[in-house]
Amino acid sequence: MRVRLSVNGASQEHEVEPRLLLVHYLREVVGLTGTNVGCDTSSCGACTVLMDGESIKSCTVLAVQADGTEITTIEGMAQDGAMHPIQEAFREHHALQCGYCTPGMVMAAASLLKEHADLTEAEVREGLEGNLCRCTGYHNIVKAVLAAAGDREALV
Amino acid sequence: MSILGNRVVRKEDPKFLTSGGTYVDDLKIDGAARVTYVRSTSAHARIRSVDIDEARSAPGVLAVVTAADIELDPLPLEMPMLNEKMPQPWLATDVVRYVGEPVVAIVSETQAEGADAAELIFIDYEPLPVLVDTEGALEGSIVLHPEAGTNVSFELQFGRDESLFDGCEVVVRRRVNNQRVAPCPLEVRAVAARWEDDGRLTQWSSTQAPHSVRDALAKAYGLFEDEVHVISPDVGGGFGAKIGGYPDELLIAWLARRVGRPLKWTETRSESMVALGHGRAQLQDIEIGGSRDGTIGAYRLTVLQDSGAYPRVGALLSFMTRTMASGTYRIPKVDFNSRSVVTNTTPVVSYRGAGRPEATAAIERAVDLFAAEIGMDPAEVRRRNLVPPDAFPFTTPLGTTYDVGDYGRALELALEASGYADLRKEQARRREAGEVRQLGIGLSAYVEITNGVPGSEFAAVEVRENGTAVVRTGTSPHGQGHVTSWAMLVSDALGIPIDSIEVVHGDTDVVPRGVGTFGSRSLQVGGVAAHQAAGQVVDKARQLAAKLLEADPADVVLDKVGQRFHVAGTPAVAKSWGELAREASSEPGGLSAETDFTPPGATFPFGCHVAVVEVDTETGKVTIERLVAVDDAGRILNPLVAEGQIQGGLAQGAAQALLEQVAYDDDGNPLTANLADYTFVSAAEVPSFETTSMETPTPVNELGAKGIGESGTIGSTPAVQNAVVDALSHLGVRHVDMPATPERVWQAIAAAR
Repeated sequence: MRVRLSVNGASQEHEVEPRLLLVHYLREVVGLTGTNVGCDTSSCGACTVLMDGESIKSCTVLAVQADGTEITTIEGMAQDGAMHPIQEAFREHHALQCGYCTPGMVMAAASLLKEHADLTEAEVREGLEGNLCRCTGYHNIVKAVLAAAGDREALV
Repeated sequence: MSILGNRVVRKEDPKFLTSGGTYVDDLKIDGAARVTYVRSTSAHARIRSVDIDEARSAPGVLAVVTAADIELDPLPLEMPMLNEKMPQPWLATDVVRYVGEPVVAIVSETQAEGADAAELIFIDYEPLPVLVDTEGALEGSIVLHPEAGTNVSFELQFGRDESLFDGCEVVVRRRVNNQRVAPCPLEVRAVAARWEDDGRLTQWSSTQAPHSVRDALAKAYGLFEDEVHVISPDVGGGFGAKIGGYPDELLIAWLARRVGRPLKWTETRSESMVALGHGRAQLQDIEIGGSRDGTIGAYRLTVLQDSGAYPRVGALLSFMTRTMASGTYRIPKVDFNSRSVVTNTTPVVSYRGAGRPEATAAIERAVDLFAAEIGMDPAEVRRRNLVPPDAFPFTTPLGTTYDVGDYGRALELALEASGYADLRKEQARRREAGEVRQLGIGLSAYVEITNGVPGSEFAAVEVRENGTAVVRTGTSPHGQGHVTSWAMLVSDALGIPIDSIEVVHGDTDVVPRGVGTFGSRSLQVGGVAAHQAAGQVVDKARQLAAKLLEADPADVVLDKVGQRFHVAGTPAVAKSWGELAREASSEPGGLSAETDFTPPGATFPFGCHVAVVEVDTETGKVTIERLVAVDDAGRILNPLVAEGQIQGGLAQGAAQALLEQVAYDDDGNPLTANLADYTFVSAAEVPSFETTSMETPTPVNELGAKGIGESGTIGSTPAVQNAVVDALSHLGVRHVDMPATPERVWQAIAAAR
């Protein structure tokens, strides 16, 4: 089947197998390997990307279902060489160690911040429940997201 | 001023944050086909037949291989102490011994074609009686490896002192289970292999120890070590489970040779949950005795270790449990005995702490049981029995010598930081009021051993002609931040800023020797090596500068701010790092030095954790309200990174206490073989942590540093478990096994009432 979509602002058009998952489309067809696969049950969130601005787990969406949408991956977050405030906050607060969950975590956080005007620590924790991290114990991830939330002016 | 000890944000982060790391599965390897393993769905069975005909002719399939096709020598033993009569074959031959054991390998053009072909393979299994529990394995009516004649894979038997508890007023005995858990690095295992035209083998591996993988491959394929090139690019976590070579990783190169193509293999998560090694899995009998004044007189720990179907390092974990058995306490008499047995389960390997969390869990549980029995506050019992600060170096009755510590100060700091006295008041109030949600306060005064397995580590430092430096290290990280920390260490010696220092690791062609990143050894071995190599480069440069400046080397100083050498008192005439490197370029190696550092011994980080939990006595649900941690890992190089290590450990340790367990049914079927069923801790299940640092430098190395990678896990598990029991102690509950799930807690309450 043919899919046409935008990935990080660039138009993409490909012939794909109907069973191809969006995450494999992004990694293997478009060639953007920043989005990772961490499980096979939609549990870990490593594959989180934005579809029309909202976070989705790209292992749970077929590439053909993304037809006509705008997808943003981790590679599309920095603009003109400047990191997005969430990316900056992750670095400043040491919210990543091995880095494997990081792209998905950043995308989930971006969506969470966009959807909520004010966030408490508990809301951040609930909001990121679907994104697993084995290294940080979540402490610094929560801190970074709260820091970015406090810096909303800087958020796009 | 030195950069050491400062909060330095990581050099490696921008890449991970903007384009993602480069993990094995991200590599583009021209012409690479894919490998898919078909794994046993039966825990113990004789293989009657394997029908691969249909799969062989499936679309995209290049090869389908069973054990009969493999002409390689049997896999060499991973460690000499392991029982050689319990070897894991490359692929299962006539018998399968755990669900997840590889039976067939498929090579296909694409991953999807491999998965499709796997569906066409039919394996006829004749069921054999299954051994899941370790006591049954010890009893031995079913023997998993007939040629071994026993299920015992390793033992530490020192005899049982029947008079151990003579003279004790009180003796408490309890069987506790340190359950099997899954390490769950977020990146599963992945391997790519390619045979080069010159006969060399290149293998990319998601591993904690690339040089061990190189050596294992060389041995398996009859190659010299320099004929194997192993690269570990970014690695998405390991936690002890990615050390050494698993058979299914080492076989990829053979498959690549067979089909004449480069190959890639990435396991799925469901595959990883049964194929990556598990951790812990100790059944412990704890006995503690003492007097009613709170003095502990004797302690006995008897361990039954599950090593899974084929013994690997997990069979030996009890060695470290023995080493740390008596914890932070001065106990006159200590007994330890252990046996490891094989069962029809996934092999057990090391997992964050590897034998030490099990020791700490046992002794910390024991101290609380003793405190409850004599009716004394558990903090007070600890206070009365801790090894005092003037007793170091302190040798335990089992012969472990602790370097240095102040356990009492850690305890007092943790009690103060948690507001212990007020917590006890609030607990008393809730008990008095008969509230549904009761408060529990749990303590753990731990000590652990880091760099517990002796070994050296390689480092080389070179200053380039443009004045930048490169450090090559034998310890390859997977999240620990070596790139930043090693740059800090070299910068401290050379004065060259960290942004101008490149850190190279994880490539056996570029780094000739290395041991790896595990056992919290990296900084105190590999870091010290880097620091020493940098110091040697400074010495070389000083000699060279003295020659050029026509001065006595003793008069030449390094101006670290200006990054140049001059004669003391005459800074105007100076030689920069770049100039000196250019001058040295005619000499072999240029301006560089390399070293292998072997520390004189292990180090012993310690601390005290306080967990505060709420237990809903109607539902059994436990909520961690606070986790207060005081940790001392000697001198801290980068507090930002060190705190991150502790926080990650705290969550993993708390997860073992409350949530995580690998479970099997009686037939050996795994019940937790994916991340939907395995209760991997999430952000919603832990609080923000309250950490306090203590720094008691160790005399063991020049940095004064101990390891910090595992302490969080070691201290927090018993603190949380003790807190759960403490919340219910007024009801008569004395113990709740881990994980303290709502069901278990509810049952403990019901049984006590």
